[in-house]
Amino acid sequence: MTAAEAEALELAAPEHPLREFWRYFSANRGAVGGLVVIVIVVLLAIFADIVSPHSPIASNSKAFLVPPAWQQGGTWTYPLGTDAIGRDMLSRLIHGTRFSLLIGCIVVAISGTVGVALGLAAGFFSGAPGILIMRLMDIVLTMPPLLLAIVLVAILGPGLVNAMIAVSITYLPFFVRITRATVLGELGKDYVTASRVNGAGTLRLMLVTVLPNCMAPIIVQGTLSFSTAILDAAALGFLSLGAQPPTPEWGTMLADARDFVLRAWWVVTLPGLAILITVLAFNLMGDGLRDALDPRLKR
Amino acid sequence: MALLEIEDLSVSFATRAGNLRAVDGMSFSVEPGEVLGIVGESGSGKSVAMLALMGLVAAPGIVKARRMAFDGRDLQAMSARERRHVAGKDIAMIFQEPMTSLNPCFTVGYQIIEALATHAGDSSRVRRRHAIELLEQVGIPAPESRIDAYPHQLSGGMNQRVMIAMALAGNPRLLLADEPTTALDVTVQAQILDLLLRLQRERGMALVLITHDMGVVAETAQRVLVMYAGQIVEQQHAEGLFAAPRHPYTAALLDALPERSPGAARLPTIPGMVPGLADRPSGCLFHPRCHFADRRCRAEMPELRGLDGATVRCHYPLAALADAR
Amino acid sequence: MNKTAEPVVIARDLSKIYRVGDRLFGRMAALRAVDGVGFTLAPGKTLAVVGESGCGKSTLARMVSLIERPTAGSLRLVGHEASGVPAAETRALRRHVQIVFQDPYGSLNPRHKVGTILTEPLVVNTDLGKVERIEQARAMLARVGLRPEHYSRYPHMFSGGQRQRIAIARALMLHPDVVVADEPVSALDLSIQAQVLNLLMDLQQEFGLAYLFISHALSVVRHMADEVMVMYLGRVVEHGAKTAIFERPRHPYTRALHASTPFVDRSLRTVRTPVVGEPPSPLDPPSGCGFRTRCPHATQVCAAERPALRPVDGQLVACHHAETI
Repeated sequence: MTAAEAEALELAAPEHPLREFWRYFSANRGAVGGLVVIVIVVLLAIFADIVSPHSPIASNSKAFLVPPAWQQGGTWTYPLGTDAIGRDMLSRLIHGTRFSLLIGCIVVAISGTVGVALGLAAGFFSGAPGILIMRLMDIVLTMPPLLLAIVLVAILGPGLVNAMIAVSITYLPFFVRITRATVLGELGKDYVTASRVNGAGTLRLMLVTVLPNCMAPIIVQGTLSFSTAILDAAALGFLSLGAQPPTPEWGTMLADARDFVLRAWWVVTLPGLAILITVLAFNLMGDGLRDALDPRLKR
Repeated sequence: MALLEIEDLSVSFATRAGNLRAVDGMSFSVEPGEVLGIVGESGSGKSVAMLALMGLVAAPGIVKARRMAFDGRDLQAMSARERRHVAGKDIAMIFQEPMTSLNPCFTVGYQIIEALATHAGDSSRVRRRHAIELLEQVGIPAPESRIDAYPHQLSGGMNQRVMIAMALAGNPRLLLADEPTTALDVTVQAQILDLLLRLQRERGMALVLITHDMGVVAETAQRVLVMYAGQIVEQQHAEGLFAAPRHPYTAALLDALPERSPGAARLPTIPGMVPGLADRPSGCLFHPRCHFADRRCRAEMPELRGLDGATVRCHYPLAALADAR
Repeated sequence: MNKTAEPVVIARDLSKIYRVGDRLFGRMAALRAVDGVGFTLAPGKTLAVVGESGCGKSTLARMVSLIERPTAGSLRLVGHEASGVPAAETRALRRHVQIVFQDPYGSLNPRHKVGTILTEPLVVNTDLGKVERIEQARAMLARVGLRPEHYSRYPHMFSGGQRQRIAIARALMLHPDVVVADEPVSALDLSIQAQVLNLLMDLQQEFGLAYLFISHALSVVRHMADEVMVMYLGRVVEHGAKTAIFERPRHPYTRALHASTPFVDRSLRTVRTPVVGEPPSPLDPPSGCGFRTRCPHATQVCAAERPALRPVDGQLVACHHAETI
């Protein structure tokens, strides 16, 4: 931006930063599409009980493996068919959004908070503590994430909560690295020195001065980790190490459906599609966020 | 015949708030072997104009000119390849930041030889010798060993000399120097300016020096263009400009120099700011900040008119006050 | 505020040595960024520190503003010992010295509004309530010439000159006795430079501030300074009153600086005795006098013995041949 342009902006009423962000973000149609899908998913999760035609765990012995409504033998009572023990697929998929969102939120919350804290510490105390933290993260990175999650779940016992903790641990290095790198970049800048000269202590420097300037890459990492978390939790569920039946979690649904791949395609394909669409939506939105938040790409 | 003739050059950028005219109707010429200084503050368009000449203005910018001729040949009518041939060889350009203008991954020698290869065509041994000669000409000591150094191993002043050597590789007739010494220390700056002037004299090269430093222009240029908000507002030979500026902006700029107010507590300043996009004034672009502006200045954009060997864009050019200062 | 005539800064023999090099393989070199610098700064006065890159002026600025701890020497701020004291005491001393940086684009937190930036020093150092803090910040904002609606805007919405005003306002929030200005106008356009320099002088008068003014631009220094200290390779080479340094420079480096500075007015230019070569690396300074490798008057004694800073005709000079040149 030339100085002349900057002057012009100053004299006009300045644009609210959120509106400016939206302008960049909305230029990317994939990102907006992703956002729309995510909003739909969130709404489905909130109003799951109202929207679902049936209970997700009630089984109907008279309606095993009913095909979706548009196929022969299907009925509109069960629009997307039923599974092996007569549970309505549509209701299970709708309720499944709750678990996927829950998994994403909790995993990102845990690994994000702990990861950012460790990254800040590693950046500010770049001597022995920083080295120790980074080597610890390197150790976590050497293990294949899913395997590590399986090992942790094996120790802690199967279940959704333990699966989430396990997955969170495997995501720590990404948050730590990206936070530390951004912190190191910002620490050299004059405004940090200015705050130091004003007497700001280390805690204030970390949280008030530097952290807000590191948020862009952290937010992007968070969005992308969200989608990966859903995938990993689904994988664990598929291995029967995550959510246990009758929980309508999409990955667990896939595990139950293994035997029916050929006979009843809807029991396998539909949860798979649900995972695909949600993960794709988050990835597209994450890409859009990164482009909109990266100051170097600003015109 | 003038070496470079530019008529009515305009460069505009389409921004979200409208059309920004970075360069507006700029017309000037450069004679062979002369030193022309182009001076202006940020937003004056001086750098963009030179980039437009070299064909380096990036995508959203639109370059328009009635005529852009080098040595009689119309630059706009050429094909892209011909233009590149002229723009790298006969017209060369050096930039402000020597550290970022050189490729950090390759040795200095490699980059000079690459510049030679694009425009000459001898064997690599001949080119290497030629490169060492060039390094010597730009005043780098022990060029046979320095030729294999990387840019980060050399100081800013050395890197700028390397850039000059690269620019000279094609034996240019015109050298455009965009703030070549702004990033350098003052003693090194003096050396580089002396070098540029010496090379210019020895090779009969025309030199266009773009800068915001009035002192540099005063000591090096023969003729000066003053730019404001994309337009040329004054053009005069150097002595005349500094002794008796014709445009109020030039006069105000010279008054703001600390050296012109020895012992004074306050420096004269120019009220207001350079116009941006949203507040382009009607009539004369400088009138909101000019002490002498009147109704005519607000209504009518002044044309660039000749006056005693100078050209001024002002309805009421300042009288010649040659000895009053 | 210090109302007595007691000097606000007394520096004696300040040194800063960095150990650089390979920690693992033991090849460490000592980088003497600042080597034995001493000066006194009286309230309401301006001491300018002049030099090129690598001379140590920025490191000196950082030591005086308590960002870095001196490796050796003593620093007294408003009568209190500032070097070698525990962190809590340093913190208390921060109210007395503040700093304004060179780069207006990096010195303000991009994520904070102007109001937050201005009230931060008050939040950290005082017990003032929120309302009072906002009041003081608004008052200071007006004092540096900005409008009330700027209080809730972000830094990227301002020009370079305006950002520098905000930085100055921030520096004054705690009413310090000393302001260290590290090249405060070097990145600004000429007309904006004049505005900011005027502001600095007005504020100095109004608040009785002492300035440690770091600059490489002699014309600006001539305007602002009461006393001038010239540095080269971490050492003071000349130190005296402004008129003495400008009218009768005694050290060859000071003369070289003056000769290399481009001035518009011919009367201010001196004969150019060319300074040869590049500044030596601070990691490997020449023996004896640091300037001898580039000095036209260097003799054997210059290589053998380091010249002491001694009084010659009213100013301090570090040169063996000060009387004879």
